[in-house]
Order: sequence, then C-alpha cells, then structure tokens
Amino acid sequence: MTKKTRLLLKAAGCAGALLLALGVAAPAPARAEVRIDITKGVVEPLPIAITSFAGAGGREAQVGADISKVVAADLERSGLFRPLDPKGFLQTPDQLRSGEPRYQDWRAVGAQALVAGNTTAMGDGRMKVDFRLWDVAAGQYMQGLSYTATTDSWRRIAHIVADAIYKRLTGEEGYFDTRIVYVAESGPANARKKQLAIMDQDGENHQFLTDGKNLVLTPRFSPATQEITYMSYFNKKPRVYLFNIDSGRQEVLGDFVGMTFAPRFSPDGNKVIMSMAQNGNTDIYALDLRTRRQTQLTDSPGIDTGPSYSPDGQRIVFESDRGGSQQLYIMGADGSGAKRLTFGEGRYGTPVWSPRGDLIAFTRQRGSNFALGVIRPDGTGERILTESFHVEGPTWAPNGRVLSFFRDVPSGDGRGRSAKLYTIDVTGANERRVITPLDGSDPAWSPLIP
Amino acid sequence: MRIKYLSLIAAVALVAACETAPKDAGNAAGNGAATQSSIRPGSQEDLVVNVGDRVFFGLDRYDLAPEARATLDRQASWLKQYPNVTVTIEGHADERGTREYNLALGERRANSVKNYLVAGGINGSRVKVISYGKEKPAVLGSNEASWAQNRRGVTVVD
Repeated sequence: MTKKTRLLLKAAGCAGALLLALGVAAPAPARAEVRIDITKGVVEPLPIAITSFAGAGGREAQVGADISKVVAADLERSGLFRPLDPKGFLQTPDQLRSGEPRYQDWRAVGAQALVAGNTTAMGDGRMKVDFRLWDVAAGQYMQGLSYTATTDSWRRIAHIVADAIYKRLTGEEGYFDTRIVYVAESGPANARKKQLAIMDQDGENHQFLTDGKNLVLTPRFSPATQEITYMSYFNKKPRVYLFNIDSGRQEVLGDFVGMTFAPRFSPDGNKVIMSMAQNGNTDIYALDLRTRRQTQLTDSPGIDTGPSYSPDGQRIVFESDRGGSQQLYIMGADGSGAKRLTFGEGRYGTPVWSPRGDLIAFTRQRGSNFALGVIRPDGTGERILTESFHVEGPTWAPNGRVLSFFRDVPSGDGRGRSAKLYTIDVTGANERRVITPLDGSDPAWSPLIP
Repeated sequence: MRIKYLSLIAAVALVAACETAPKDAGNAAGNGAATQSSIRPGSQEDLVVNVGDRVFFGLDRYDLAPEARATLDRQASWLKQYPNVTVTIEGHADERGTREYNLALGERRANSVKNYLVAGGINGSRVKVISYGKEKPAVLGSNEASWAQNRRGVTVVD
C-alpha cells in the first residue's frame, strides 16, 4: 500500500463521515415534471444545463469549476443525459446563486433541466458544496442539497452530486460514487504481467495494488468496499486471497488441499464462496469469514464454478458441465436443489447476479464467438448485450442498470493482444471504453461507497 | 526462469511435430545424439529433447489420445531412470473458454497426465499438478493451429 493511497482513502473516509445533507426537502413530484424513463431500450438523452460550481477565491474557484465538469462527465457517460455547452448559457452562475432561474433563457438554449452549485471554503481544509436542480420545462425547483468535506475529496463530492441528480431525474439509485478493481495487464501475450489495480468508476484516482510479481486473477469487492477477494499464484500455489485496501494486508482464505479460484463475497460480506479443484474435479465451497468454517456445497463429478449469490443471499447461481456442456444452474445457498437455468445453444459461464435481483449476467460462447447477455432467474428473457471475440467477465454497477466487462482482441500483427475495459447499459445501449493506463481485464464494480 | 521458459517455447515446434506425426525412431535418436553432449541427463532439456515434455488435448477434452499416451510412456520410463527427479504437470487451455472454467479444465488435464504416470508406476508424491488455465499460451495466435498447441499438459522438472 502506497502512502498516496492511504492519504486518498483517508480523505475519502473523511468525506463519507462528514457528509451533511442539509435537507432541503424535495417537494412531492408534480405530474408534468421532467423524468427519464430508463426502462426503454433507446432513450433520447435529456438536455441538461450544468453551470459552474466555482465559488469565490483561489482554490475553491478551481475546485468548483472542476466539480461541475466531473458532474457533467458522469451524467454524459450514463448515456441518459446530454450536458449542454456552457458557452451558450444566457444566465450567469452568479445570477443563479442570488436568485431564481430565468426559465425562458434556459428553454431558449434547449435545456430541460438546470443545475447550479457553489463551493465555499470553510477555512480548515474543508469546503461546502451545494447544488440546486430545476425542472426547466415545468419551471419549478426540484431539489437542493449541501455537502461538507475535505477539499481534497472534491471528486467524490462531484460523483455524489451526480448520483443525486441521476436519482432525482430517473428514480433509480446512482452509481457514480463507486470504484472498479480490475487486473491491469502488460507485456507479451505469453508472459503477461498482471497486477491488481483500483480506480474510480470514471478511471480517475488510479492505483496499482500489487506489483505484478505474482499472477493475479478475478478480483471481487466485498459489500463493505474496503476488501477484495481475488486469486493469486503466490509461491506457485494458486489460491483465493483476501486483500484489505486500507491496511494492504493480504491473507490466504481457507485451508484447501487443491487450487481455489473463482471467489465472490456473499451479499452480507460474511462469506466468500469459491471453487476448489482437486484430482480433476471442481466443486463449490463457502468459507465463513468469522468462524473460518468451510462448507462444501456441490458434489458433482463435473466442473462446478463461477458461483454468485442472489442479493438476498438465499440462492446461488453457478456454472457446471455436469450435463455435458458448460451451463448455468441455480441452487439454494446450502447447495440444495440445483436446477439448470440455461438451455440455449452454446456454453454459458461467469454468471453474476444483479444487485437488483431481477437479472443474471453471463458470458456465452458459441464456437469461438463470445457474447455477454442477461437472463431472468426463472430462465426467461434471455438477451444478448454485446457480441464479439472475445468478451468476458460481466460485473454489475450497484444499481443494476449498467455493467462493466472486458474485451480482448488480437493486436494488429496477430502476435499479441489487447484487453480493454468497457461499460454498457443493461439495455445493450451506450457502450463506452473505460480508459486505463495499461490493458485491463476482470473488472469488478464496487457497491456505492458508504 | 524466463530463459528456461523461452527455451521451452523454442522446443515446441519439434515436440508438436512429434505429436501430430510421430517421427521414426532413428530420426528422433539422431536428433538426440546430435545435441547429447550439451544436455545434462535428467534435466528439463533432456526431457524436452529426448522424451517430449508435453501432450496435447482435444477441444474441451482431457482424455489422452494414443500419441499422448506414447509420450507419457516415455516420460514414465525416463522418470524411472532418474528416481530423484520430481516434476510438476502444468495444465493449460486455449483462449476459447472463460477464465475460471479454463482453470478447472487445466487442472483436469494436469491430473489426466499425473494419473497416467502414476498408473505407469511413478510414485504420486513425485508428481505435483498446477493449472494455468488460458493464462500462459505456448503459441500466440487466434487460429486452430495455435489453439491445438495451447491445449496441453507440460511436464516440468522441479
């Protein structure tokens, strides 16, 4: 753990603790208010005017201007909003701070929603950030909130503001105040260096967590967000590990004779579920992190792996080749009553249960063609979101509306390869690259930061 | 370690040719004799050049084809010749599979090799297994010829 990381996390923790919603209560929604229906496949992005949050004074002016840019970038990346160019705005941020919006001026620039904000230094290394949101079309005030935090944590504040706007206008929880842990890749394809890395969901605040000396794979966040479970080849013994981001401490999980892999946390964070392979047979085990008790959940002669809990912790979706080919199955959390979920053509793997519970994301393979899709837990509604050689490894944003995954393509000369991270809407729309310093694979999205 | 790995890759073409179209014994012996002087008996290089260090598997399969069994028969004889040598069987998969499934598949393949050697009289305590799934391809390229060489079990002298 670097000093830089620790400082950053401390700042982030501070922001969380000091968040102070001043509770300008939102009025009951009016019937005609602006709202984005995100259940539709293709939505026209909502034109939104986001004015500068720049306050008076040196650093707060700059920070305020940066906050509004991050808010606009978050909302734009969601594909649901179209932030308008501030150059065309007729009313100044100062005029908005001191009075009401001139709605006709905002209608004239095509805005349907308007955001204004301010950043004020508190004099003790902290700042106050407040914002207000108006419905331009209906000509009414919608919401106002205020946050106090260390000035260094301005990015988190920006993401929290973007989450509040997203929630007010879509009715869904936001997902911008989150992080992604993934495997950073570099070097030739036959000797890839793989390191754990972590970043904000927009790619900022990037940090490497391991140095690449040991092969690491498949990290997953705990619900508490300060712990990661992953697989490492430390000492040439492939095992599942726990990594504490705060302390940098790593420990092997459980006492298994064979290779352990494919770990995921239970929704309450008290268990890690994983596969163990021994003598050519792979079964699923749960490890209670408090008692350290290991429970074997499957006992088939096939490969049972990729387990993922339902959000209520009552069921587990996993992949198995017990029926001849790799398919998805659902069983009780105690391993009972496994039932096959997928019957489509091809092989199905890497199931991940949505935090909303309504869908299970998967990787499907037909020959050498890969696809990412979703299916309902009752086996209906199978849908493919994106398809190519080679996509893999879906992970859900905490609101269950957006997924991240990686796409791995042979490089131009056919000798190497290039893996990149992407996000995509659950409708299959709005696919976006997530920019990382090196190649990336195996993304895992954190819950909302507490 | 890196140099060792590169030398293994260099040996792939030779061994692969053996697997797909076994050469006649005279030719193979001739090749061995040509480099015999520089090779330490019982070493990885000895295994690679004079025995064959790897076997190949069909798509999503872990059973041993006749050529693979012939290679492993030679490996078992060689291991009997050098009773102090212990080995690790590395199980590998091609890139057409999900990461976690391929880890399990590589483990199955490594165990197929181990079980065959043990059945051939090698003490199980001399043979460890490790799976690398699709993480360490021997050959680069996304085509059938490359994939066939990457679905492999490799015997590595500890």
